[in-house]
Amino acid sequence: MIDGFGISRRRLLGTAGMGAAALGLGTSLLPRTARAGDLTVGFIYVGPKDDYGYNQAHAEAAAVLKTMPGIKVVEEEKVPETDDVAKTMQSMIELDGATLLFPTSFGYFDPYMLKMAAKYPNVQFRHCGGMWNKAKHPMNTGSYFGYIGMGQYLNGIAAGHATKTKKIGFIAAKPIPQVLLNINSFALGAKLVDPSITTQVIFTGDWSMPVKEAEATNSLADQGIDVVTCHVDGPKVIVETAEHRGMFTCGYHANQSALAPKGYLTGAEWNWITVYKEFAAAAMAGKPLGNFVRGGLAEGFVKTSPFGPGVSDASRKQIDAVKAEIMKGGFAVIKGPLKDNKGNAVVAAGAAYPETAIELESMNYLVEGVIGSIS
Amino acid sequence: MDAAGTIIVAMIAGALRVSTPFLFVSLGECLTERAGRINLGNEGVLVLGAMVGYATSYHTGSPWVGVLAAAVAGALLGGLHGAICALARVNDVAMGIAIMLAGTGIAFFFGKPYVQPSAPHLPTLPLGFWSDVPQVRSALDVSPLFFLGLLAAFLLHWFFRATRVGLRVRIVGDSADAARALGLGIDRIRLLATACGSGLAGIGGAFLSLSYPGSWNEGLSSGQGLMAVALVVFARWNPLHCITAALIFGAAGALGPSLQTIGVSKGYYLFYAAPYVVTLIVLAITVRPGRALRGMPGELSIGR
Repeated sequence: MIDGFGISRRRLLGTAGMGAAALGLGTSLLPRTARAGDLTVGFIYVGPKDDYGYNQAHAEAAAVLKTMPGIKVVEEEKVPETDDVAKTMQSMIELDGATLLFPTSFGYFDPYMLKMAAKYPNVQFRHCGGMWNKAKHPMNTGSYFGYIGMGQYLNGIAAGHATKTKKIGFIAAKPIPQVLLNINSFALGAKLVDPSITTQVIFTGDWSMPVKEAEATNSLADQGIDVVTCHVDGPKVIVETAEHRGMFTCGYHANQSALAPKGYLTGAEWNWITVYKEFAAAAMAGKPLGNFVRGGLAEGFVKTSPFGPGVSDASRKQIDAVKAEIMKGGFAVIKGPLKDNKGNAVVAAGAAYPETAIELESMNYLVEGVIGSIS
Repeated sequence: MDAAGTIIVAMIAGALRVSTPFLFVSLGECLTERAGRINLGNEGVLVLGAMVGYATSYHTGSPWVGVLAAAVAGALLGGLHGAICALARVNDVAMGIAIMLAGTGIAFFFGKPYVQPSAPHLPTLPLGFWSDVPQVRSALDVSPLFFLGLLAAFLLHWFFRATRVGLRVRIVGDSADAARALGLGIDRIRLLATACGSGLAGIGGAFLSLSYPGSWNEGLSSGQGLMAVALVVFARWNPLHCITAALIFGAAGALGPSLQTIGVSKGYYLFYAAPYVVTLIVLAITVRPGRALRGMPGELSIGR
């Protein structure tokens, strides 16, 4: 076929070689390092940065960071959790002169980010998640994460006030501890309003399954469930389908109120700019960056969406009161006595786990009042 | 409503909601394969159709113009596949994979600005007006594209069975030698069959973004186009059987979420695999080694 087009292999190789040479020439003209005192920050996202979800929350913070003096931001989206991310990091460091990198997806950490961190000891890497371990990982790497469970707790209170059928729903991707904590927090928030409220959970099996998410929303609506929230990568389909079916929704990751002007109650959103500002300021001042940074609502790592029209005055009052409690710090949603939905006691009376508690990181149960199972 | 009733309503609703893209892509693939060519690129066509349909609907404000644009985009990409496969010694399976990657790549690249905005959706026909059970009403809220798909299936069946052009397509698909002896333009007929087939697949894409789930994003298809290619084998290259196959797939897809809502929450991964297990069983039963698949066009590259 190549012969048919009159291109011989040698000619093809020659052209490719010339192309590569031209490319090399081009890149050598680019600035290799940024001006002294300035900071170039690299952001890497696993999905599209306008997904109304996890990636958008990071990208919104990056956009704010971009406006700060002396900071240059480079971004790349839809980078798979493969060797591709290592190449992206390398090019951000070599070509753009980035000295602070934020690979935001879970699977970037090991081995890709660790490999790059070993190769570039003068570049700082901060990974979104909780995997950094002082004993195992170099000091130019680190983890940051937010505790968003409290946001889902407040969502639950809003849902508890809004539901008429006393049945609310949660669409989740996979039963991992962080997701279970969100489900349990949502259910406990609703039970604070009325202990008879049940939370129906549906697992879709993966982080981005638009058709299954729509099917799940419809099944919930068919069962008379009238408030829904979720933990998937992009809540857009769920929020839109729920609005179409006349349900209330509580958002997650980012603000989805534009998608559901009638039914959007409130939402649990990330507020990453707090973290990014802190890291960038430290880097510009030449101070050491934190290696294990975490915070929740009280620390400004997480925020709630403005109230929608479906939130009653009583609901607003209760949410604001609980939020004020949370803002004082040390608030615990998961506290004893607490039973799981199979009737086993999971937290003893008197015990309380604030969001920083290590026990929450191995959560493997759904609390009483949640309909569903994790296997 | 009791548990069994819930499941039945959910599966009927799922069949009506989820089957349409499967139906369009499998009909399109059926047409292409009956002309003797395989087009794995229809997965890419589905994604491209979804993006083009959504973008066009957003800009023109008319979802029907979006459907039309999706069909045209699909036909163009399919035409490219057909034209390249007409060259000597081009493998249509490999080329189909290239078209699939090209289609998704183009759609992701140009679709970026349309992830956020909300485009006008296709209207639905409220066929459940007679019932006062809200579940039934919502289940029978059917997209007109579904009926268009049914119509297309019957038309295609009639086309193969009773028209002169349909006969020519079948001759080209079954025996290139016979077609040559009759003086038929094999490449031209296959090119047109591939382009029209991909046009149908493009409409399936527009259904995804403009009707259900009704939103454009990059995870939208999650392999539905490829499954529809397998459905054609399942349907034995018969357009009417494509309807059954698509409905079974749609209903089986609704099984997982609805079982969870009635409290059967163990093993949901298994329920999600149900449609694929059904396909495997049917293929295993009907395919025996050393014998070509019943109903398979003789010129298909996988059969020669």
